[in-house]
Amino acid sequence: MNISGKRIGIFANFVLAILSLSCVLPLILLVTSSLTAEGSLIKNGYAFIPEQWSLDAYRYLLYSHAQILRAYQMTILATFVGTLSNVTITTLLAYPLSRKSLPGRNFFSFAVFFTLLFNGGMVPSYLMWTQVFNIKDTFWALILPNLLMNGFGVIVMRTYFTTNIPGEIIEAARIDGAGETRTLISIVLPLSKPILSTIALLSGLAYWNDWLNGLYYLVKRTDFYTIQNLLNRLIASADFISNNAANSAILSGITVPSIGVRMAIAVIALIPIMILYPFLQKGFVKGIVIGGVKG
Amino acid sequence: MGTVKKERRRQIIKHLPLYIMMIPGLVYMAINNYLPLAGLQLAFKKFKYVLGIWESPWNGLKNFTYLFKTGDAWVIMRNTLGYNLVFILLGTLLAIMVAILLSEVPRKRLQQSYQTVILIPHLISYVIVSYIVYALLGESNGMVNNSIMKALGLSPVAWYTEAKYWPFIITLIHLWKTFGYSSIIYYATIVGIDKSFYEAAVMDGAGVWKQIRYITLPMLKPVIITLTLLAVGRIFYSDFGLFYQVPMNTGLLYNATNTIDTYVYRGLLETNDIGRASAAGFIQSILGFLLVLGTNTAVRMIEKEQALF
Repeated sequence: MNISGKRIGIFANFVLAILSLSCVLPLILLVTSSLTAEGSLIKNGYAFIPEQWSLDAYRYLLYSHAQILRAYQMTILATFVGTLSNVTITTLLAYPLSRKSLPGRNFFSFAVFFTLLFNGGMVPSYLMWTQVFNIKDTFWALILPNLLMNGFGVIVMRTYFTTNIPGEIIEAARIDGAGETRTLISIVLPLSKPILSTIALLSGLAYWNDWLNGLYYLVKRTDFYTIQNLLNRLIASADFISNNAANSAILSGITVPSIGVRMAIAVIALIPIMILYPFLQKGFVKGIVIGGVKG
Repeated sequence: MGTVKKERRRQIIKHLPLYIMMIPGLVYMAINNYLPLAGLQLAFKKFKYVLGIWESPWNGLKNFTYLFKTGDAWVIMRNTLGYNLVFILLGTLLAIMVAILLSEVPRKRLQQSYQTVILIPHLISYVIVSYIVYALLGESNGMVNNSIMKALGLSPVAWYTEAKYWPFIITLIHLWKTFGYSSIIYYATIVGIDKSFYEAAVMDGAGVWKQIRYITLPMLKPVIITLTLLAVGRIFYSDFGLFYQVPMNTGLLYNATNTIDTYVYRGLLETNDIGRASAAGFIQSILGFLLVLGTNTAVRMIEKEQALF
């Protein structure tokens, strides 16, 4: 490599190191502020190195109380149910569309593609889900609107099936007497693990991070709140939690660290993503690349 | 003719199991994506909850005249389009720059780590982003006021009450959250470029800049066009989390943070002004759709292969 090549290598490392820091430091600030004693938070503000460390926020989360634990369970449940349904429904639609012999294939494919270009917007959707399907204040509010399946995923998966599953294999399975369901389950799916995991990953992240459905459709039943909804509510009204916790006997010794607790909830909402991410990183990158360019 | 019809029917029966498989997806699509299209008529109706979408009386263009009379229309249009144009321009430049720099990092391991780290903001919900932003910009506890402004000898700023700072704050947060995602798309293209082009260029004495200018950028052009096309198609849409959650729905900041999406939300759930909300939503849906068709046609005329459809 020549000198200018070396120089740009150093420059690239320098710029990327700064950008990487900008991505990590905010998260570190989040973590340290959840570990800061309430007193020094109020005195010095949020800082990377607090004057006084404290585990009070987490101690509070641990002993108190049903609300946070419940929200965490709702997040896990919604993510699990939502992702599983999403992958199933997407596969069941994408696979037939990948079969060239299917009559009406172009019509259905266009119907899927069209949803990416044109939609009715929030007002009709909201009124439909609440007036016609009555999902307001039910668990289904977290699952059904928008997240259950999207046209992008269907198209990406269909493209994967057409380019990666040879028609001969499907034909051979048919000659051997396998029905369509059998072919899909025992021939096509085992060959499609990469795309299945990519779609599952993207859908899982969408469900885990979603707070819009809760914001729109959960009004009275705050017991269905996910951790994101809880955080969303807490930033608007910090007392949403301390009020409910006031009567908890175990906490009588601890002053409720209201700022720290909010940060601690944000941290525990992030932890699963941050733990899983390094292992799933390859799948994510693949998903972004196929979704971004070929979609 | 008869035999063609018969053959078609035979084919359909043969494929019956496949049609049955498609039912859940098609039903969901019909409900989630197609049924609301009928609700677009609300923009021309005076909606009453007791009467529902179909029975509510027609209202002509009243919702629209009402919307445009208030001046809100101008603000939300300006913000939605303005931010998006800035986002597309700066976002594309930043992403291409990062992608090229990534490809110039000599060590593979390091390249991998940068890729991993710059994607992190993409994984975080805007709710959590709003907590981070609050930790930085909160008036009495925020790190910026407490550490940075103090160190610089400046007096603290009440960030959440001064709209004039927010165009910069919002743009910065948007770039921070999305640059990793889009640079990875560009980077994937750069990695796919045939290495022999570069080798030939080096033989001809081309330096790094010339290689970027004459090989990398031209090879990226199709991706740039595709991504820009997609972004232009979404120019009437804004990320609700960025404009609602991050400024914490603060009224004083509306002038800089109100977009079509936040306006529709507030009309629907906070101020119960469904008429204006549906008029704004109608404009968003229809203009957005026309714009996709328009830009796609334009691209097809200039470079046929790069058109989306």
